[in-house]
Amino acid sequence: MDDMLRIDTYPTHIFNEYGLRPGHPYPFGANPVPGGINFSVFSRHADYCVLVLFKKDAPKPFAEIPFRGMFTKPGTGEPFWGDFRIGNVFSMVVFDLNIEEIEYGFRMGAGYPKVERGKPGFQRFDPRSILLDPYARAIGGRDIWGQAPDWNNIYQHRARIAYDDFDWESDRPLEIPAENLMIYEMHVRGFTRHPSAGVKHAGTFAGLKDKIPYLKELGVNSVELMPIYEFDELEGVHNHPETGEMLVNYWGYSTVGFFAPKAGYAATGKSKDGTMVVDELKTLVKELHANGIEVMLDVVFNHTAEGNEYGPTISFRGIDNITYYLLTPEGYYFNFSGTGNTLNCNNPVVRGMVLDCLRYWAAEYHIDGFRFDLAAVLGRDQNGAPMLNPPLLEALANDPVLAKCKLIAEAWDAGGLYQVGSFPAFGRWGEWNGKFRDTLRRWIKGDSGIISDLALRLQGSPDLYASRGPTASVNFITCHDGFTMLDLVSYDNKHNEANGENNNDGANDNNSWNCGCEGETDDQGIQDLRFRQIKNAFALLTVSQGVPMMLMGDEMGNSQSGNNNMYCHDSELSWLDWSLLQKNQQLFRFFKNCISFRKAHPVFHNMWHLRGQDYLGTGLPDISWHGVKAWNPDWSESSRLLAFMLDGKHAKGGQSQDNSIYVVTNTYWEGLDVELPGLPSVRGQNWYVFANTGVNTPEDVCEPGAELLLGKQDHLFVGPRSVVILVAK
Amino acid sequence: MIEINIETLQAGAGTTSINAISLTGEIDATNAAEIQRRVMPLSAPGCKLLLDMTKVAYMSSAGLRMLLSLYRQTSAKQGRIVLVGLSDELQDTMSMTGFLGYFTVLDSLESGIQSLVS
Repeated sequence: MDDMLRIDTYPTHIFNEYGLRPGHPYPFGANPVPGGINFSVFSRHADYCVLVLFKKDAPKPFAEIPFRGMFTKPGTGEPFWGDFRIGNVFSMVVFDLNIEEIEYGFRMGAGYPKVERGKPGFQRFDPRSILLDPYARAIGGRDIWGQAPDWNNIYQHRARIAYDDFDWESDRPLEIPAENLMIYEMHVRGFTRHPSAGVKHAGTFAGLKDKIPYLKELGVNSVELMPIYEFDELEGVHNHPETGEMLVNYWGYSTVGFFAPKAGYAATGKSKDGTMVVDELKTLVKELHANGIEVMLDVVFNHTAEGNEYGPTISFRGIDNITYYLLTPEGYYFNFSGTGNTLNCNNPVVRGMVLDCLRYWAAEYHIDGFRFDLAAVLGRDQNGAPMLNPPLLEALANDPVLAKCKLIAEAWDAGGLYQVGSFPAFGRWGEWNGKFRDTLRRWIKGDSGIISDLALRLQGSPDLYASRGPTASVNFITCHDGFTMLDLVSYDNKHNEANGENNNDGANDNNSWNCGCEGETDDQGIQDLRFRQIKNAFALLTVSQGVPMMLMGDEMGNSQSGNNNMYCHDSELSWLDWSLLQKNQQLFRFFKNCISFRKAHPVFHNMWHLRGQDYLGTGLPDISWHGVKAWNPDWSESSRLLAFMLDGKHAKGGQSQDNSIYVVTNTYWEGLDVELPGLPSVRGQNWYVFANTGVNTPEDVCEPGAELLLGKQDHLFVGPRSVVILVAK
Repeated sequence: MIEINIETLQAGAGTTSINAISLTGEIDATNAAEIQRRVMPLSAPGCKLLLDMTKVAYMSSAGLRMLLSLYRQTSAKQGRIVLVGLSDELQDTMSMTGFLGYFTVLDSLESGIQSLVS
């Protein structure tokens, strides 16, 4: 069979010097086929479509080939009429193109009246625009982060072709059970851009790869990358009105192309060969997997970078505006995302694109899971109304390729839909649990009246996820959106002046407490209290049922100087300063040990909700609650102390055997003496101290397994605003 | 433009026959297939291939793929392949894109020969 030639490797049509033949509508995008490249693009309303070919970075195209028109026959040169369209898909094969060298786009047109910029309209065809392929696997135009492009170039975001033959060897997604995850939310550039990171290729996928040993030492087993689909950091670039600092789209929640990695995040982005970025990201994923770390992507399907009526025409709006976007009856863009437009996700064609996209990342990049930004938008119908059974969410939940991927929703949107606990989950979806964040923050700062709520959050929020189990709850106290952990305990209020909006942007409900002084201080007492509060927060996060997520840099006391909306800063304000690791060694040590303690104890990894009963007859309930008196929690308004004990023999419903664990959290400003619950005498066990945030480092925590025997077994002094964790053995 | 020179060396006091392939120029999609056509026939059972990359200033994805194909072919036939003279920049690119780990990479022709003899 080796010598058999395919019969479709010869041109059947000639246009100028280009050999062509009718293409395959599927798959969409530009795909290498024997001898050529198959280009395929959907538009329901375009009358005509032209393939526009550029040399890499060139200002002008070198060829424009129509999908319909007069062609000539190979050999004879006889002219004839041809049309490379099936249904609503334009597709053709072009032979003899150098895939490393070309960039391609489309022109599309239809007989609709032209809509002026800023005016409402349903179709925005403009044959002068060169349109990015929505399925482009690599995109040029912003190859080096922050480097100003030629703004006069008619084609700004330029589709490239990518090789799809990466050698994964035996790598595959890790499929770590959700209950065993410890997620590290991070920004690819911010992680290693600071000179103190000491990597060769600062701020890139390659730089992140160099830091894998660090992540491994910390103990996290999942990295959640803030958006890495191609976006334009220079979108809306402007200078701070007072400081003059250049403000950019640093976070990247504004997708230009859903199938392409951000070229500016790749060290190889600057290479002559614009397709290497794909291999660089795949190499990073492979290396993370080899070190037991999953990769989750933060994906933004609620809107695109094209903005509202005034926004640029990059791709979708010039291809089929009314298909891709939710429009008001007047032809304005609905704005449920807060960024100008809303992707029409439950249109069957757009839904197909979202599915194709996620399948592509799961299959071709071995991505382990996805976190969906403003996911409530994905459940809105084509008029913007929330649906009971959104077909997109159902399709994702049941997709064969995505079957083992983690699907996590940010279960709200900017249109006022808040679905924490009620997101249509189809048995699959987890959620960022905003209630966990709010309750834990309030508890830690010492608010009263929330002790019952706290108990629910520590258990994996059974009130929200009764049928879905604790793993539906992604627990977090800090994330990219809001204060860092150190700022949470250093600022009462946000300080976003650097964003140039008179401190009007960013959330106001931070539930933060500065511990006695706003911002930096020399007061040792305040500094100590802040570190203790950080430890309290992280300790409670890691002993809660559900899936814990932490924010990059919290483990070394990273600050953003009180700015709780860092989206526009690409500077030392947003880059992780690695010298903090040395300076705040005690935090790193505390975080690391808490993570490894959580990992070592299956009692924290329940897939089903705890019952508060001894249903296995072990002598202890799976979870029991305690106060200053054992077995006697104080649930009253003013109570600021709560303790719980997890029975090791009930770990994972009795499927695992573990030590029993006792956790007490005191947010009262004075220390309290608590009575400890006795262990069943037949077990012959004693309490050992794993962590006590009320004492100074290094006594605050130990390595799991090296816990110290508690002197008095029936009583314990819990310092002011402290957490103590005991283990029975 | 790429120049391909192939010579057969007798090393290890005549006990070992090594095919030394020296490439000059830039390797990309326009010539990777040609190199493959010329070099692949040398990938015989038990072969020892020495690729001298000293005069290769640039390698595109197609070049990296050509090298990996050669490695796969050669190791499937219990042959060995050693790269010498790779510039720091090329090594760096190969490392970032996941191609470096497959290869024995040495500085000089002599160390490459020695490694293939041993």
